[in-house]
Amino acid sequence: MNLKPETLQRIEEVIPHYPVARSAVLPLLHLIQEDAGYISAEAAEWVAARLGLQPINVLEVVTFYPMFRQQPIGRRHIKVCRTLSCALRGGYQTCATFEEEFKVHRGEVSADGEVTIEFVECLASCGTAPVVMIDDDLHENVDCARARELSARLRAEAAARR
Amino acid sequence: MPAPAERRIIFKHIDEPGYTPDLACYLRHGGYAILRKALAMAPAAIIDEVKKSGLRGRGGAGFGCGLKWSLVDRKSGKPIYLVVNADESEPGTFKDRYIIHQDPHQLLEGIMVSSWANNVRQAYIYIRGEFPHGARILEKAIAEARAANLVGPNVLGSGYSCEIYVHRGAGAYICGEETGLIESLEGKRPYPRIKPPYFPAVLGLYQCPTIVNNVETLCHVKHIVDVGGEEFAKIGTPGNTGTRVLCVSGHVRRPGYFEFEVGRITLGQLLHEVCGGPLPGRTFKAIIPGGSSAKVLRWGETFTLKNKDGSTRTLAVEDIPMDFDTLAACGTMGGSGGVIVMDDSVNMVEALANINAFYAHESCGQCTPCREGSLWMKKITTRMVHGQARAEDGALLLGVADQIAGRTICAFGEACSWPTQSFLAKFGDEFRAYPGTKATPRPESVPLA
Repeated sequence: MNLKPETLQRIEEVIPHYPVARSAVLPLLHLIQEDAGYISAEAAEWVAARLGLQPINVLEVVTFYPMFRQQPIGRRHIKVCRTLSCALRGGYQTCATFEEEFKVHRGEVSADGEVTIEFVECLASCGTAPVVMIDDDLHENVDCARARELSARLRAEAAARR
Repeated sequence: MPAPAERRIIFKHIDEPGYTPDLACYLRHGGYAILRKALAMAPAAIIDEVKKSGLRGRGGAGFGCGLKWSLVDRKSGKPIYLVVNADESEPGTFKDRYIIHQDPHQLLEGIMVSSWANNVRQAYIYIRGEFPHGARILEKAIAEARAANLVGPNVLGSGYSCEIYVHRGAGAYICGEETGLIESLEGKRPYPRIKPPYFPAVLGLYQCPTIVNNVETLCHVKHIVDVGGEEFAKIGTPGNTGTRVLCVSGHVRRPGYFEFEVGRITLGQLLHEVCGGPLPGRTFKAIIPGGSSAKVLRWGETFTLKNKDGSTRTLAVEDIPMDFDTLAACGTMGGSGGVIVMDDSVNMVEALANINAFYAHESCGQCTPCREGSLWMKKITTRMVHGQARAEDGALLLGVADQIAGRTICAFGEACSWPTQSFLAKFGDEFRAYPGTKATPRPESVPLA
């Protein structure tokens, strides 16, 4: 396992928060996913060994929770809310706009590896629907025009990186 | 009658210019004075005030907070845990988000007061994974409070010690169910536990007595200790005390969050006066009053309700006071306070297809009726909106839904079948009339599924 020193440090900090080590499974998986981008089979086994569990105890968690993934995704993660309040305000069109902008279907990584688009369930910001999360940041009232603006910004940021 | 003015207690500082989530700002606004007051009170006296206040849980079930606390097993010799349900996931609900992001110390003070009252030495805030900034804000707030001796060992020199930790979820709605949340906090799949025997008050986190309270509920506790239970009980209406944050989304001109005394505002006042009425050229059609699990109300319907003296009264949908008891008497629930509004552009088959997709995605899969039933309800409504509707689909949907509710370990069984049951009861015609071939275009509205 090749984890950054600060990730390893935060892992050691979080484990004593719980009287039972198994409770640290979710926090450890979050830390590893933030570091490595996804949870590899090796990572799941590493977490199990660190917490004194069987690998299946970790794997069953990874496969249950929607936010944990077992393969890498695009550099930027666009999560469009699909649920009713957003849909009533045009969430499906917002998602379709991102798909057109990046020529990629929801659930897939764009050919250049830049973005993954995901249609997710309620993000708890229904009053400013439709909403979208890009990586950790929430964007509110994202109609189709706003979705195109955000897409242009993401492309500009990608170009600046290259 | 004009709508009453908002009464902001919990949301007093939300969106206030210059109000920041740091400790210094909170202290400038009188923060943690109530924790000092609470630490000078006997724990049993605080529990007593909470009982007197009549506070009902703001997470969904509306269970009495004082009663919940009084059920805690205090003789087991095991530690008592407080778990804060900050897994805000019920579609249509978005109140805790603002408390967490803008006023985290209000929540921490509520947690500390409640922990002292219940002899809790370790509290966990279970926050949904989709609030990464919220988790960081809470962690920073805890560190600040700890440095100021407001959280941690020997709080304010009282001899009382309590730690608070933030625990992030990872995108599963079922973690909002309190025993599922506990399983998740134990590092497992969040399969809800069967009750009895696993009542959290007796056998909760690590098989120890555990209190699970909603974010807004714990914030109210702080204010109850401030004014006293009797004074608090004067806010709102009898049996439905305090204020409550109502979240309005969907087809109104001004969606958002509004805090009112419970039961002092009617659904009609809320939607017409506070939220500016329907969108231009539209009329209201259907309202889900308490998060997407709550049974739908049809705009224009009336209810015959029983009075205490045995007589009956008729109540129009727009005259329903937004409290726990009247909404329950009208066959739905106040739930989490999330009001979702649909106007006449919406076809109810499409709306149900959207809701069913949510529940099929979120069923934990533990109980067969729910795992299979939620999936089949989704398959049927998805098929309907994609040009394959059949005349018998409404009856088929109802048949599935009726076999889920009451047959599962947790309330998700009801949550996923109530939408189908109520949509069919109130809008059955639309299901019977839905176009059944690909050649017939789908109803004209924004796509919902």
